[in-house]
Amino acid sequence: MKLRHILGGAALGLASLSLSAPAQAFCGFFVAKADTDLFNDASKVALVRDDERTVITMASDYRGEPSEFAMVIPVVDVPEREQINVADPGLIEHLDEYTAPRLVEYHDENPCDVYRYRDAVAMAAPEAGGAIDDMAMEEAEDLGVTIEAEYEVGEYDILILSAEESDGLISWLNQNGYRIPDGAEEVVGSYLKQGMKFFVAKVNLERHDGAGFLRPIQVAYEDEDFMLPIRLGTVNAEGKQELFVFAMTRKGRVETTNYKTVKLPSDMDVPIFVKDEFGEFYKDMFAHQVEKENGKAVFMEYAWDMSWCDPCAAEPLSRSQLRELGVMWLDEDGQQPEPRPGFRPGPQPVDVFVTRLHLRYDGKTFPQDLTFQVTGDRDNYQGRYVLRHPWRGDFNECEAARDYADDLVDRWDQEAENLAKLTGWDEDEIKDKMAAGGYSEASINIDLEPKEKKPWWQRLWGNG
Amino acid sequence: MNVRDATFEGVRAVNRDARHWQILALSGLFLISVYTTDFGARPMHLISAFSGAMTAQALGSLIVRTRFEWKSAAITSLSLSILMRAVDPWMWFAAGIIAIGLKFAVRYKGKHIFNPACIGIVVMCLVFGRDVWVSPGQWGQAPLIAGWALALAALVLSSAKRLDIALGFIGTFAAILFGRALWLGDPMAIPMHQLSSGTLLVFTFFMITDPRSTPDSRAGRLIFAASVASLTAWFIIGPNVRAAPLMALAALSILTPVLDRLIPASRFQWGTHSKSKEGRTHETQTYPGRRSAGAGLAQP
Repeated sequence: MKLRHILGGAALGLASLSLSAPAQAFCGFFVAKADTDLFNDASKVALVRDDERTVITMASDYRGEPSEFAMVIPVVDVPEREQINVADPGLIEHLDEYTAPRLVEYHDENPCDVYRYRDAVAMAAPEAGGAIDDMAMEEAEDLGVTIEAEYEVGEYDILILSAEESDGLISWLNQNGYRIPDGAEEVVGSYLKQGMKFFVAKVNLERHDGAGFLRPIQVAYEDEDFMLPIRLGTVNAEGKQELFVFAMTRKGRVETTNYKTVKLPSDMDVPIFVKDEFGEFYKDMFAHQVEKENGKAVFMEYAWDMSWCDPCAAEPLSRSQLRELGVMWLDEDGQQPEPRPGFRPGPQPVDVFVTRLHLRYDGKTFPQDLTFQVTGDRDNYQGRYVLRHPWRGDFNECEAARDYADDLVDRWDQEAENLAKLTGWDEDEIKDKMAAGGYSEASINIDLEPKEKKPWWQRLWGNG
Repeated sequence: MNVRDATFEGVRAVNRDARHWQILALSGLFLISVYTTDFGARPMHLISAFSGAMTAQALGSLIVRTRFEWKSAAITSLSLSILMRAVDPWMWFAAGIIAIGLKFAVRYKGKHIFNPACIGIVVMCLVFGRDVWVSPGQWGQAPLIAGWALALAALVLSSAKRLDIALGFIGTFAAILFGRALWLGDPMAIPMHQLSSGTLLVFTFFMITDPRSTPDSRAGRLIFAASVASLTAWFIIGPNVRAAPLMALAALSILTPVLDRLIPASRFQWGTHSKSKEGRTHETQTYPGRRSAGAGLAQP
């Protein structure tokens, strides 16, 4: 069975990205931040893939009336009841936090100390880290729609529908409370001609416990295609859609085969004030990078062995969490992988490699459904941005302090330039903001006459 | 000699062998891939592939006693580094060895069956599974347009004159995709998008056009091109075979001897327009019934 698209008739509303985690010592301090509603209307999907076995978990941060919620996904086969499940919403949230772009900070030491602070500071020791009524049936027949299966799973009523014509299916869906946007006929028709069925879900209010959230729906299936249907989501004219894909394999990185995959720029020094607006920073950086790629790229924001992290935005997921997300190979072959040498090992090392992909799409920039492939690439990658707190002391204390003050000014210029490049923010405004916070030349008072700059060769070997 | 004459001489020197144009165009594509993609070609991979291909070429030349010839091996190395992705640098070396090795080893009536770079990648994919892959989607829009222009220019300029097979392949492939989109009621943006792939570009202009492993007659070439296009399309739409065009070409390469038998025509030879001073072509070719020493040296 394969799945072709996630779309809410009523939309998978989404508020993604929370970066909350306790600040802990490692190389630099992880800066805790929590932002919600950064990306509106985003969907979050976890995909676990091993050969042809796939488990998809579709999360929605839908916060509206449960009765208004609906989900429509094209699928190739009719899944059995046992192939469908509901998951703990915390799982995807945890995965999101673990893979989120991160901000770290360093504090400069007194330059007059013998052990001058270098970037390559020794790392700190790791811490342990509903039922359909007869009426609907009759209507369905009249409209050429066949209800292939009908399941109650958790708070959802799930139907698997097949149809002769897209018009009939859309009419039936609209009559039954699935609000299908105008213009969906062609896409639905295309899927039907490819012999696909439709998996539709609504919340059963009797079984819904009144919680403010809806649990993610999971489907386990086997298919040679490794893809994610996004075309239905491009039908509604509400502009661009946001999608996060968390792909987990035992082999390595996952990439899209029909769209360019690019790395989100990373490992750059940025001004200190970004700490207070990391959410805005991430959002604008993403928008700016999307623009630079003409809206036609999928961004890789994280690619890492799930056994560890450095720095950790959140602890790696536990074996039981991973199993719940559908990682089916953990208990096979009685495997117990060796702990990896590295910083901050997870509670239990696991053979899982996670890739976080982020895309902003519409019908124009992403006309085709996403297809993926698993690669053997296990190079770790993370979106990481660095704050460096300057040492604030008497710059006249020693020669080294005066040199340090010089370097500081250059460093601030570089930070401003980095930030402008990443986000497209105005560089002068950034500098003004930095100056207001005391990060400019004016904030450094050196009594002595500005000394002559040493020739570059003296700075090269420090023997001048 | 003034500048104009020097330029003219330069162009003539390049024009002496169609492969010179191909090497130039592939080098351009290689640089585009290096500079515009995060998961693209890397110089280290090219060096690795080049070492492998040259090693195999040297050994092969020694065994069948033909003159050492570097141009085809260079083209193969460039194609390998542009198209193939792997987890370790030595894998490009292995692919180079396999590519050129099979060029010497698998022959029928003096003509090698497989396009070297194609079979190199296919064998590596089959042997190493997910550790070797092809990334068809990793080209942006602008680099692709530049790439098509470059490739087309190289093909038109080159004396290989195998535009027929390139157009036959891409025409059939496009017709299938557009036809399918029409039938499904899909927007034309979908087949357009499917056609804008860097892998497809390199495949169309530098692999399936390889005159030495494709049929000798024009009719044969067109039949061959259409078959490869159809199988590629089926691989993509149906069972989702990875590296689809390469797999299709490798699978159908055995058709070439059959088509050559059914529709005979004169054999293509590299650089026949202007042979070297000794009047020889420098290929690995051996002629039917003359697999002895020196057979690779065609008589003028």
